[in-house]
Order: sequence, then structure tokens, then C-alpha cells
Amino acid sequence: MKIVVCVKRVIDYNVKIRVKPDHSDVDLTNVKMAMNPFCEIAVEEAVRLKESGVATEVVAVTIGPKAAQEQLRTALALGADRAVHIDTSAEANERIESLTVAKLLAKVVEEEQPGLVILGKQAIDTDNNQTGQMLAALAGLPQGTFASEVKISGDEGDKKLQVTREIDGGLQTIELSLPAIVTTDLRLNEPRYAKLPDIMKAKKKPMDVKSPADLCIEVASKVTLLKVESPAERKGGIKVGSVDELVDKLKNEAKVIS
Amino acid sequence: MSILVLAEHHDGQLAGATAHVVAAAQAIQQDSGGDIDILVVGENVATIAEAAAKLDGVSKVRVADNAVYAHQLAEPVGALLVELVNDYGHILAAASTTAKNIMPRVAALKDVSQISEIVAVDAADTFKRPIYAGNAIATVRSTDVLKVITVRSTGFDAVGTNGNASVETVDTVVENSQSTFIRQELAESDRPELAGAKVVISGGRGMGNGENFKLLDGIADKLGAAIGASRAAVDAGFVPNDMQVGQTGKIVAPELYIAVGISGAIQHLAGMKDSKVIVAINKDEEAPIFQVADYGLVGDLFEILPELESRL
Ligand SMILES: Cc1cc2nc3c(=O)[nH]c(=O)nc-3n(C[C@H](O)[C@H](O)[C@H](O)COP(=O)(O)OP(=O)(O)OC[C@H]3O[C@@H](n4cnc5c(N)ncnc54)[C@H](O)[C@@H]3O)c2cc1C
Ligand SMILES: Nc1ncnc2c1ncn2[C@@H]1O[C@H](COP(=O)(O)O)[C@@H](O)[C@H]1O
Repeated sequence: MKIVVCVKRVIDYNVKIRVKPDHSDVDLTNVKMAMNPFCEIAVEEAVRLKESGVATEVVAVTIGPKAAQEQLRTALALGADRAVHIDTSAEANERIESLTVAKLLAKVVEEEQPGLVILGKQAIDTDNNQTGQMLAALAGLPQGTFASEVKISGDEGDKKLQVTREIDGGLQTIELSLPAIVTTDLRLNEPRYAKLPDIMKAKKKPMDVKSPADLCIEVASKVTLLKVESPAERKGGIKVGSVDELVDKLKNEAKVIS
Repeated sequence: MSILVLAEHHDGQLAGATAHVVAAAQAIQQDSGGDIDILVVGENVATIAEAAAKLDGVSKVRVADNAVYAHQLAEPVGALLVELVNDYGHILAAASTTAKNIMPRVAALKDVSQISEIVAVDAADTFKRPIYAGNAIATVRSTDVLKVITVRSTGFDAVGTNGNASVETVDTVVENSQSTFIRQELAESDRPELAGAKVVISGGRGMGNGENFKLLDGIADKLGAAIGASRAAVDAGFVPNDMQVGQTGKIVAPELYIAVGISGAIQHLAGMKDSKVIVAINKDEEAPIFQVADYGLVGDLFEILPELESRL
């Protein structure tokens, strides 16, 4: 079974972001970029499925500027076999929205015919949480979102996927026919780090570069970003010296307890 | 054009979040006019529909009650919505795991974008939403014919329950051969739901283990609080995943939030920094949580918690 895993280049999750003074966007100049943490979990899961003999090939895909090839190289170092870069450097708008990403990924799925596609549940820049679901809808495939466990069972030709999902009330387990789309939650696995020899080897692994036009998808959006602002800052409060003082403040100053 | 709200419900009950989503729908309606309808999808949902009909500002409750919609699986509910949305200019749902699972499918199949987790309505086509874990607020305008939107409850005050909407049946039944419900393990608790609680007390890695979370119980009892946790506490297995507060967990904005043994990573702050009053209890006086806390108490939680419980 072939697995396609989708990775996005985003701001490193440790970086404190700044809004541009003209409020046009956040400022990403000279900011450390990395693979979206949920995508690291997606790559790890795909590689583990290969190591356990369930998957035969892992293909990593990204949509983004040339620099996003760094994240594909990371995926290759972590164990993916080859990569597909859909290069959007030539597009007028560098923000490629989830619907367009899903359309491009649907084309890749059509070409690659994977048994399973794994995405992150959410990109930590846009916090959209929608690409996997959109891809599932466009590709006509079932989805197991927010997965904290995936299990493949059944015989060749009639394989099923059991996905345990993190939902608001607890955990839910569903069974899907394959091919299927999975999006990862934080507790699916703990991603490994790439080792130096693997990073060297990754440089030689194949990477296919295409444009959205090659896939006959027009990059357009009906959503415009009008403005980006910093959230209202919380005023720093005070330190209290004792539990008594805390209870007194909560009762008589903040009036949030009685 | 009218506005459709997808009702949020679990365990045969209409969830509180729905009243917040209707409030967002009303803000849109002020600009664009049209009716607000609620759609209740599931199996055996008649009492939920009755509760939805009482929400202020709602014209009509539409009910799709069928075994295929049990557990609100994304494939059948998404397919149903695609059939129904043609009459509407907006479709709104709570930013819950149920709706996050369903709504993007509807958007994709209608070839429109989804605007996730709005916290404010500027106009019928213009919305505010947090990005980068709430470290920036984006204002976006959509010219899509259908606007597919999820709503963050904390951004909108719930509407009242003095309404009297009509209830009608939706007969559309779709097929689903792709996904099957197997089982569910839901947390059972007599405490208020995290999302709607007036007081939340959360424990982090500093709690040390799951057993120690009992130290929060007595305080939660006295304050009528819900209990939450940081990701580190959930990952370490101290408590179940449904207690996680943060960028990728639950978003809360109670009157009072008490963070115990939590350092205050941006991903945690993203889920609670709109709380009215924040209290932090941490032994490290440099912990970033103190930068957002109205009242900080530096010290060992194992000494502070029993004392706090006895003083309340
Ligand atoms: C993609 C992504 C998504 C994430 N999403 C979330 C999310 O939704 N929610 C979330 O919470 N985190 C999230 N995180 C994790 C986040 O970055 C932090 O790692 C996490 O919040 C830390 O949890 P903590 O504060 O409990 O643990 P720590 O950072 O380890 O802090 C423990 C604190 O306890 C204090 N302490 C220890 N012992 C005592 C004692 N006896 N008395 C008093 N104080 C004590 C320490 O001083 C310390 O400040 C996410 C991370 C990533 C990468
Ligand atoms: N530009 C992209 N290239 C590849 N995968 C993407 C891209 N954008 C989003 N994804 C995938 O979709 C997931 C969810 O993203 P989002 O829906 O934008 O929050 C990510 O974790 C990725 O797996």
C-alpha cells in the first residue's frame, strides 16, 4: 500500500510572531520556519506503517514556495521514499488557501492512487483545520480526523481502517473503507528526529517539482485578508503573598467568587 | 438569503454552544437580513429539536432524524448539508470537533472556502478570526456565494430561550457505505462542561501525576468549576484528552481561570487568555503564565491547594 503524506512549511511553533506595522499581515522576514508539528506526526505515522510492513512506499507532498523543499527534505530524512513539490512561487498571491491546497492534493491523489493519505489536523499558522476534510470530500473518500490511533486490519483487497479520534467528549472509534484520509492529533505518536546519515541520504531521494498549472488547477481565492492586528494585550497583574490575600482579592476586588 | 445554523448536540441534549452560534447568525442577519433556521441532524433528536425551537431569533427548526445520521459521521451529514444549503447564503456551526469534521466537506463540495473559528462579525461578508494560536487577529472578507463558517463560542454571548420556532421534518436520506461507528468512550462528570463553565481550574505537568488532580476536586466543588489541563498533563497520561485547554484543545473564557502548575506556553494561553480573571499558582516566579495572570501566587501547589480549599 502506498501512503501519501502532506506537509506544510510554517513558522516554528516556538517563535513569537509579530504583526507588521501596516497591519497587512504577520511579519515572516528572518523568522525560523519548520514543518508544521501535526505534519511531523503524519510523517512519523506513515514511516511506522512502512516499517511494520503495512505500507510499501511513502510519498511526501507539499504545496508552497521553493523554500518548502526544506520540509520535504526533512520528510525524506525521516523515512519518506520520494517527494512531490507543487511550486507556487510563480503565483500572484503567496497565501494558498485550504480549498486550493485540497484541490491540488486531490489531483496528486488521483495520480498516485494511494491506499491512505495522512495530513495534520491543523496548520499552526492559519489554524484552519479543514484541508484533510476538504480533500476527503473532493476525492470522494472517507475521513478519520483528529486521530490518536490508527489500525489497519483485514485481508488484501478488503482492508479496513480503524481510527480512534479525539473528540470534545472523549474518544470515538470509527471504521473506514480504504482508501481513506486521516488527519493527525497530538497523541498519535511521538515523532523521531532525523539522524545525520539520513539527512545526507535524503539529498539523493527523488523530488518531483510541478506547478499548479501542470495539475490544471487555478490558484484563486474569494477570501481577502483585509487586516491583521495584535490581540488585545492583557495587562500584567500583581503577585499576591498568600492564599488569604488571593481569596480576599477574588472576593472583594475581582468579585468573581462569593 | 437566509442563514442556516447546524445544531450542536450530544447525548440527546442540545449543547450550549448552539445559542452562541445563533448569536453570531443574528449579527450577520443585522447586515444581510433573511431568516435564521436551525438544522438538527442525528438519530432520535426530537427533544433536541424542541430545545432548539426555543432559541431566540430562530424562524424554523429543520430536523433530519435517521439512523444514517447517528453519531453525526462526517460523510452522511456532509452529504445531507450539501443537499440543503442551496437555500442559504450562510451556514454556521460551533467550532466543535463534530462540526470541524463536517463543515469543510460541505465547503469543498460547494466549491467555497471555509472561514474557521470566527470571533466577531464586522459585516455579513467580513469576519474576525484568530490566527497563529491567537497571537494575531485577522479580518477577512469573503465574496463566496455561500459562506461556510465555524464560530468560536467565546466570541458571542448566547441568545435567550424565549423563542417559539416552527419545527419541520427533512426527509432527505443519504447513503453511507464508507464509514461505520464502532464505539465511543466519553468522559463522565457531574461538573459543568469546560466550554461553558463560569470557573475553570486547570492542572499542568506540575501536578506530578493523575492522582494529584484530586487536589483540584475540592476546590472545583466549592467554586462550581470545570477542571481542565495542559497538553503536558494529558500527554503524560494524568488526565484524558477531552480536558486539554489550548490552541489545539478547548477554548475557554470563564469569569475565573485558575492555572495550577502550568508554565504558560503560547499554545496553552491561546485557549484561555480571554478569561476575565486569571489566577496562576506556580513555584517558578519567572513562569510566563504570570505575565497574563491578574493574580499570581508563587509557591508549591501541594501546600497551596489544600490551604485554598479550606479558605473557600
Ligand atoms: C502543535 C502544538 C500544539 C499544542 N497545543 C497545546 C494545547 O492545546 N494546550 C496546551 O496546554 N499545550 C499545547 N502544546 C504544548 C505547549 O507547547 C506546552 O508544552 C505545554 O502547554 C506545557 O504544559 P505545562 O505548562 O503543564 O508543562 P511545563 O511547561 O512543564 O510546566 C510545568 C509548570 O509547573 C510548575 N511546577 C512544577 N512543580 C510545581 C509545584 N510543586 N508547585 C507549583 N508549580 C509547579 C513548573 O514551575 C512549570 O512552570 C502544544 C504544542 C504544540 C507543538
Ligand atoms: N500548503 C500545504 N502543502 C501540503 N500540505 C498542506 C498544506 N496546507 C495544509 N496542508 C495539510 O493540511 C493539514 C491541515 O492544514 P489546515 O487545514 O490548513 O489547518 C496540514 O497539517 C497539512 O498536512
